[in-house]
Amino acid sequence: MTLLQISVFVVIAALAGLARRWRVWILMAASVLAIFWMQPPTPIRNLDFWLPAATIGLTALVWAGTRDSGEKRENWAGVGVLTGLVLLVGLSRYLGPLCCLTPTRPPAILQILAAAAIVFLLGLAIARSFAARPRLGEIFVVLIFGLFIVLKTAPWAQTASAGLRSITGQPTELATAFDIRWLGFSYIAFRLIHTLRDRIAGRLPDLRLHEFVAYVIFFPSFTAGPIDRVQRFLKDLRQPDLANGKSPTRISRLSEWREFIKNIRLIRPAAPFAFQNDFADGVQRIVLGVFKKFVLADGLTLMALNSDSAGRVTSTGWLWVLLYAYSLRLFFDFSGYTDIAIGIGRLAGIRLPENFERPYLKPNLTQFWNSWHITLAQWFRAYFFNPLTRALRGSPKNIPMPLVIFVGQLGTMLLIGLWHGVTWNFVAWGLWHGLGLFAHNRWSEATKGRFAGLAERPWLQKAVSVGGVLLTFHYVTLGWVWFALPTMDSSWQVFAKLFGG
Amino acid sequence: MASQASTPDFRFLRNVVLKALALFIAVDLLFAAVKPTPAIGRLSLYNHVFPGRQRLPYGDRPDLAYNLSLFSLEAMAASHEIAAPKPEIEFRVVLIGDSAAWGFLLHPEETLSAYLNAAQLRTADGRWVRAYNLGYPTMSLTKDLLMLDIARRYQPDLIIWLVTLESFPRDKQLASPILQHNPEPVQALIEQYGLHLDSQDPAFIVPTFWDNTLIGQRRALADILRLQLYGVMWAAAGEDQYYPETYDPPQYDLDADPSFHGLQPPTLDPNDLAFDVLEAGVNAANGVPVLIVNEPMYLSDGANSDIRYNFFYPRWAYDQYRTLLASRCGVNEWRCLDLWDLVPAEEYTNSAIHLTPTGEGLLALKIIERLAAFGIQR
Repeated sequence: MTLLQISVFVVIAALAGLARRWRVWILMAASVLAIFWMQPPTPIRNLDFWLPAATIGLTALVWAGTRDSGEKRENWAGVGVLTGLVLLVGLSRYLGPLCCLTPTRPPAILQILAAAAIVFLLGLAIARSFAARPRLGEIFVVLIFGLFIVLKTAPWAQTASAGLRSITGQPTELATAFDIRWLGFSYIAFRLIHTLRDRIAGRLPDLRLHEFVAYVIFFPSFTAGPIDRVQRFLKDLRQPDLANGKSPTRISRLSEWREFIKNIRLIRPAAPFAFQNDFADGVQRIVLGVFKKFVLADGLTLMALNSDSAGRVTSTGWLWVLLYAYSLRLFFDFSGYTDIAIGIGRLAGIRLPENFERPYLKPNLTQFWNSWHITLAQWFRAYFFNPLTRALRGSPKNIPMPLVIFVGQLGTMLLIGLWHGVTWNFVAWGLWHGLGLFAHNRWSEATKGRFAGLAERPWLQKAVSVGGVLLTFHYVTLGWVWFALPTMDSSWQVFAKLFGG
Repeated sequence: MASQASTPDFRFLRNVVLKALALFIAVDLLFAAVKPTPAIGRLSLYNHVFPGRQRLPYGDRPDLAYNLSLFSLEAMAASHEIAAPKPEIEFRVVLIGDSAAWGFLLHPEETLSAYLNAAQLRTADGRWVRAYNLGYPTMSLTKDLLMLDIARRYQPDLIIWLVTLESFPRDKQLASPILQHNPEPVQALIEQYGLHLDSQDPAFIVPTFWDNTLIGQRRALADILRLQLYGVMWAAAGEDQYYPETYDPPQYDLDADPSFHGLQPPTLDPNDLAFDVLEAGVNAANGVPVLIVNEPMYLSDGANSDIRYNFFYPRWAYDQYRTLLASRCGVNEWRCLDLWDLVPAEEYTNSAIHLTPTGEGLLALKIIERLAAFGIQR
């Protein structure tokens, strides 16, 4: 997100927060338009239009496969608004230089109409066939995983780019792995898989189309999370209008459209005090996030470790400085974005979950992972670690508990590593943390009760805690070497240099 | 509480926006009135937390060069090693000139100033010679004069001024962005020394009131901050330039064009060259000796080399310039050294004036020889 985008989002979120009655529709519309606006340009013709469009299409199809049958009229309205918004973006093709929402000129309107018709027909088919058989949702899970793997694996991404280039008549030999920059796909994938799994497990609440779209592509958290749970998000989204007790989402009557316009014009919200609190909290978080991201993180970027600087540093001491700078940059960048997302969400009355809770001040790696990218860790715990360890524990082969934990933690961290990209460096990073978590788990077991006496000697307890923080911070920071550098060779060289080699 | 709760949100929002706007305007106006950017530029981590830079900040690829071009003369000077206190046993030599003096494509330890320092020269009274590189990569004598003016603050004992014909034409004098963005000191120099330049030249970017506000100065302030942050990489890597793996050598086959900056043969009018700026520089040194060096240049023997020496210079113009320079040196008793053909053609990198490390070494040797006249020896 740029500062301009953040400013516009703040205004839209504040308007949505004020006009609470129509908040869901405003948030959905803003999210749809925002993902077109935020999408970076791609060298493949029209792809920077089709990728956000595909995000919307995929979201709509998953909704069709997970929905309940109620609220038909409202859902049709949702289909109409969604299609209308995509066509509106497409029509900006004819504005020429005024075109502002997509990085390049959108494709011909007939192509967009054809794509919308295909999605519509597919949606109808899916809605009919999936209603009675929710397990068919697994097809989507496989499809999303497949897309994910292709996008994150360089040779396959390059092949996919070549394929798209041949469709658009562009030279295939120019294809690279970075051509398909599908903004936000990682986070969309998590949210969609979450809804699909919960639908299969019977835990998914009934969502109207516009609510579902607002959840999956909620513009403040679209690019960098947090990954909210749909049940929690929906609670905020549907919080009753305090003034009249009505649901804020009904738009079936013409009189209510009139009221919506009136609300916007007079900016007369129903719950003033709540808005003021949200506004103050939200603005504070946004300011903090902007400072973290655009001052601290961007400043640290100039000195942070990267493949170029790693080879040019002349001394071990300065290499450590660069590594610390990278470690802090990563935190301020990511947590800054999260603060901005949470702040904008708060203006709109949505309390997004926290994603960071002072992770570098945690005394061990387990607590670190409970406070770093919290929602991602929770997602993997819920949909991978817990099911896997449950299955291993229930196995008739009586697998020893340490082995269950070893497999669970290593597997989880490996997957989190691969989520960042299918490279050996991310594998190494995942293993680094998996082994670290397992080592801490065993250490905790082995020393259980031995530190009880420390409570009587506070200074010693403090010293142990500070030692733990320093050890954990350095373990995590050393792990970032795998993350910062592109190859195993360069990473090993940096490790050697860090330790005086 | 009750009254707060009954306050309409619109009023709350309006008050927040109005107060923020009032505060923002007040800070902006105060900033424009005080104009603190130069003072902020003088605050520097260099020479305190990080070692001072060996040459002035300049760079097109900040991410790879760990360096950047900025227009704050104060910040540039404060980041340079010359801003550190001068030790009593030091004989301070300041080098000014264009990109050749700055050391384009050369590592800091390969520049002329580095070679002079490596020679461990001493004066007759036992002071150690320490050379400082205040070259800056644009070709203009007026820019050199500005740098010389800055150098005066740092108690130089000798100034070596590397010049070449391309720095002399009138149209080049104010073409450098560093001059255009610093109209006040340049206009002051024009006035003080009566230079034949227009102090109201439209090329000057004179800041408006709004340019002096916090918003107007945001780029300048960000550049100063970035310069400080790049101090880490300067300290860590000791590099301040991006070195491409390959580059094009100086143009070998030349165009059959005898013109030079619109001037045609056969005669070069001395008034078309900024000798007045050169004279102002010698005067500005205020008694500090100045050694003017006509720097080496690439001599092509390719196509049309009978018309031109290289990409920059037609033979007629360059030959007459050398004659004019020698004459001025003689008449004014300036100390001059003409090294135009010192360096063989293979010792140039990507331009007719950019030397290889070997070329710089040859140049340094010749200058060291000449420094004997100033009582400086190995």
